[in-house]
Amino acid sequence: MRRARALGAAAAALVLLLAGCSGDGGDSGGRITLRFQSLAWQQESVEANKQLVAEWNARHPDVQVEYVQGSWTSVHDQLLTSFEGGEAPDVIHDASDDLADFAYGGYLADLGKLLPRRLRDDIPRASWDTTTFGGKVYGVPFLQEPRVLIANAARLKESGVRIPTLDEPWSWQEFRSVTRRLGSGKGRFGVAWPLKEPVSATLNLSLSAGGELFHRRPDGKAEIRFEDADAVVPRTVHDQVNVDGSASGATLGMGGSDTLPGFFGGKYAMVPLGFSYRQQIVQQAPKGFDWQVLPAPAGADGLAQGVSPQTLSVAEDSPHKKEAAAFIDFFLRPANMVRLARGDWMLPTGKEALKDPALHTDKHDWATGTALARHLRPAPAQSVRGYPEWSDKVATPALQEYYSGAIGLDELRKRLVEDGNLVLRRYQR
Amino acid sequence: MTSRTKGAARAGQYLALLAYLVFLVFPFLWLLSTSFKPATELGSLHPTWIPEDPTLANYRQAFDEQPLLRAAGNSLVAALSAAVIAVVIATPMAYVMARHRTLLARAATGWVVVSQAFPFVLVIIPLFLVLKNLRLINSLPGLIMVYVVWALPFALWMLVGYVRAVPVELEEAAAVDGAGRLRTLVSVTAPLLAPGIGATALFAFITAWNEFFFALVLLKTPEKQTLPVVLTHFIGAEGVADLGPLAAAAFLATLPSLVVFALIQKRITGGMLAGAVKS
Repeated sequence: MRRARALGAAAAALVLLLAGCSGDGGDSGGRITLRFQSLAWQQESVEANKQLVAEWNARHPDVQVEYVQGSWTSVHDQLLTSFEGGEAPDVIHDASDDLADFAYGGYLADLGKLLPRRLRDDIPRASWDTTTFGGKVYGVPFLQEPRVLIANAARLKESGVRIPTLDEPWSWQEFRSVTRRLGSGKGRFGVAWPLKEPVSATLNLSLSAGGELFHRRPDGKAEIRFEDADAVVPRTVHDQVNVDGSASGATLGMGGSDTLPGFFGGKYAMVPLGFSYRQQIVQQAPKGFDWQVLPAPAGADGLAQGVSPQTLSVAEDSPHKKEAAAFIDFFLRPANMVRLARGDWMLPTGKEALKDPALHTDKHDWATGTALARHLRPAPAQSVRGYPEWSDKVATPALQEYYSGAIGLDELRKRLVEDGNLVLRRYQR
Repeated sequence: MTSRTKGAARAGQYLALLAYLVFLVFPFLWLLSTSFKPATELGSLHPTWIPEDPTLANYRQAFDEQPLLRAAGNSLVAALSAAVIAVVIATPMAYVMARHRTLLARAATGWVVVSQAFPFVLVIIPLFLVLKNLRLINSLPGLIMVYVVWALPFALWMLVGYVRAVPVELEEAAAVDGAGRLRTLVSVTAPLLAPGIGATALFAFITAWNEFFFALVLLKTPEKQTLPVVLTHFIGAEGVADLGPLAAAAFLATLPSLVVFALIQKRITGGMLAGAVKS
């Protein structure tokens, strides 16, 4: 009996101890505390984020923001769990292509009426389209990056090829012939395509040739059609690897960073990468390595390409949506957007921020990237339900097989369209 | 078998062992080497084992950018607590299951095996809600509870094997000599089980020390985050990583496991052998 009583007391003490140890934020004494989960990860970017939070906190004693560092690695699963458990951060940093599921799931607040006119007008319509689902705005797009060609400038000069400019970029055909000239065939290639994740790169670049792949039917449902314009980019990559030998087949399974040692070592003359990779190049390039940023090749639609901007959203469960929107407004004022963009080596979406002289310098070719901003459009299909499954299960293996030469264009078309539409149909019943 | 063939076989064994050792140690040494390389060497097409221009900058940057010590402290508290609690709970349960081979004990063992097959994603949302109701979200005690529950089935399974390896005749002999049940357990069984308990504790410790997903989901504030969560802060979108500081931080993160392993390695070896053969 005594033992049972002792055990009971111990259990009660444990429960009390555990309950006592749990901490929870919230409001205290009329002061509101907002949790802001940021995915900034580069040193300069984290510093910019923390400074802005500190500035806000100094000016708004009644609405304090708590900076929480998140991680790109598992942000989707982490947010999903937090939403389900009603414990999501008030202000959420994510990418626009991750928002559709959360928006349709009712986890994100409609920001349409919460944001001030200044911010709404400052960001172009095309950027808002990346975060607008069913007429409601679920995030503020604030940073984006075009895909560019990062080139070994010395090798380009030596080869005597025409250097493309923003006004006269290479066509996809010219790009192919340039890479043929740049690749000696003795372990030196004109280009390295890091296509470990081939879907977004292919779809986003295909917009330049007018390829959209995803089309809306009159009934509003999405369907996949693989037309001639959709084949331009995939065929160029395929032929560079399998016909000309001007692109390395080994890099098809690599991520962008993996190709940099070969690029620095002179193995590849060019690498198509996101604009922000410049930071790694500045850090890691050997002394005296001469590199430059070139616009990606253009097609029938010029320099157009798709992007999925980084976004800030507000959780639907947040009891302080107005305050959260006010913080976003402060965070994304033009001068602040510039600080964030420079910290991440990306481009701001805001029109005012884009005018900042710091983003128009020749140093690290900021000016080239900034000039590309007006050509950026929403990544194809990011608002189509079922896109993630199509991308993972259908498009990724099909494109990987096509690029490596295992299947031909007809088989690629069949898989993307027939298998793809079966997937979409399940989501659009 | 002649002495020459015996010698050749022995040499082959040593070679195989050496190859296995190299295979096991390679990632660790590469991590160590990477952590001392400056950024320009990290981007070299011909990487070297020994950094040409070794630097501590990666370590400095890692500590400057992230609260590694605080995170390591949180991980240590969580992992040690989980290991101790899991062993304290699992040992008596394992003893009962090993000594009383009833239908219930067999069913419990089966359940233990099945429970290992549940993916994290399946359990995380219900678990999150339960912990929320207990007000244990964003608290180390909540995380420790999860780690204990997660480690318990396998710990139990391991310990059942160790208990079975202790001959029941020894306990019977102690009883004949007049020792009571408790005395027999404390003086006879427990010392023989010690290596197994050590091995089980180490398993629970390493599982909790390395665990990422539960910690990511359950801990909200930076002050409470554990080391694996903080390590991901060196990785950006599309897998781009700040390789130097990441290697430095990851190398430091492996050290506690190695230290704990080195401290109880002899006991573990004994424990594993004891569990391997049934009497």
